[in-house]
Amino acid sequence: MKYTDEFRDPAAAKAVLAEIERLVGVIGATADAPIYIMEICGGHTHAIFRYGLDKLTPTGLEFIHGPGCPVCVLPMSRVDECVELAERPDVIFTTFGDAMRVPGTRKSLLQAKADGCDIRMVYSPLDALELARRHPDREIVFFALGFETTTPSTALCVQQAAAEGLSNFSLFCNHITVPPPIKALLDDPHMKLDGFVGPGHVSMVIGLEPYEFIARDYQKPIVVAGFEPVDLLQSVLMVLQQIRDGRAEVENQYARIVPAAGNPVSIAACEDVYEPREKFEWRGLGEIDKSGLKIREKYAAFDAERKFGIGYSKGNRQTPEPEDCGCGDVMTGRIKPHQCPQFGKGCTPEQPLGALMVSSEGACAAYYQYGGIRPEVEPAA
Amino acid sequence: MCLGIPGQIVSISDAEKKLAMVDVSGVQREINVACIMPEGGKVDDLIGAWALIHVGFAMSRIDEEEAAKTLEILMQLGEAQAEIEAMRDGKAAMEEAS
Repeated sequence: MKYTDEFRDPAAAKAVLAEIERLVGVIGATADAPIYIMEICGGHTHAIFRYGLDKLTPTGLEFIHGPGCPVCVLPMSRVDECVELAERPDVIFTTFGDAMRVPGTRKSLLQAKADGCDIRMVYSPLDALELARRHPDREIVFFALGFETTTPSTALCVQQAAAEGLSNFSLFCNHITVPPPIKALLDDPHMKLDGFVGPGHVSMVIGLEPYEFIARDYQKPIVVAGFEPVDLLQSVLMVLQQIRDGRAEVENQYARIVPAAGNPVSIAACEDVYEPREKFEWRGLGEIDKSGLKIREKYAAFDAERKFGIGYSKGNRQTPEPEDCGCGDVMTGRIKPHQCPQFGKGCTPEQPLGALMVSSEGACAAYYQYGGIRPEVEPAA
Repeated sequence: MCLGIPGQIVSISDAEKKLAMVDVSGVQREINVACIMPEGGKVDDLIGAWALIHVGFAMSRIDEEEAAKTLEILMQLGEAQAEIEAMRDGKAAMEEAS
């Protein structure tokens, strides 16, 4: 239990771990027939590996790492479209740094920048807005990606751009939402899931109501969790208590940050600017109904898809994943990251093949960094 | 990107656009505070407040103790360093010649 020494409150962590162990026994779960709990959020995945929670919890409990890392589920075709936009001489393409290394079929944004495209890593869409004010002669495109935590930021920027009458600012919108892929996973007959640890900061924005279907229609428990190791362990314990009692409810372990109703200003801004797409492609998961957002007609002037004639709705742009890439199987829990044939060989954080290796929130990158598994150096032939 | 970072609001830079200066571990930058506007809309009441900041937007008010705890976790995860670096990159991106 070396990791618990590092916890803010090791005694609390040990007590919760002991109770988790006891409950797993009461439920009768074993290594051969474990309880499967999915943590949805990539930040939670990172924390689970960083603090070794997967090793501290009993073998009768398995974490399945969910699709909650926006960079990891970005289809290659969308990266290709980013590069297409960035290659236009009139465009300054702005993006979060996280997206720079995601492989496209031709190249990543990092490679495109090295090849001379004007691509700028910004901290905030506010920076893209400021660039639009400073460069009225250039088109400023912001690569809007992320779940409900980042969606309000881009929605508020579009509203601001409209208020200022900026005509050279647009979003390449790739925002996605958490509940639809959860439904898709629950509908997958191969998926074995007994409960969920729900995302903290997404829930801070959307509140608890959007998860009700998980309890009501699928009879699975979900507990919204904070990011401290003890938060995560407590949330796992709350899921186990529901399973023991035969309950399926939406519970909130992170009430100090997550109000049940979410953030009303954010919800209103997103509702004003965005509407659901009919369907959207997720890397490794395929197309999922109503899982992506697009810009509403009234803000069409700020939509890079309409402005530059590209975008998801334009023909069939789905691209096959690289050969032997196991991202889809990892994301649906069919295999562990190190069981992918490319893990640590053709796919490393330095040279990612699949998207789960790109971000620190991706299961493969976290496994690689903290899992203690390193590729064996093969002797030169 | 998703985890955000705690910061303390030090001044209001544009009340109409709901912009404020925030201090994140010694790095200052302008952020939007529309999502945490106090009842009655007196933006000055935010000075001194702590908030969780996501990509330049304050998303939730937190108390100082929660801010310190969150920052410690983010440091251990390496996320705080990445976030502060991204803020610096953001500044550099504004100055690049085009």
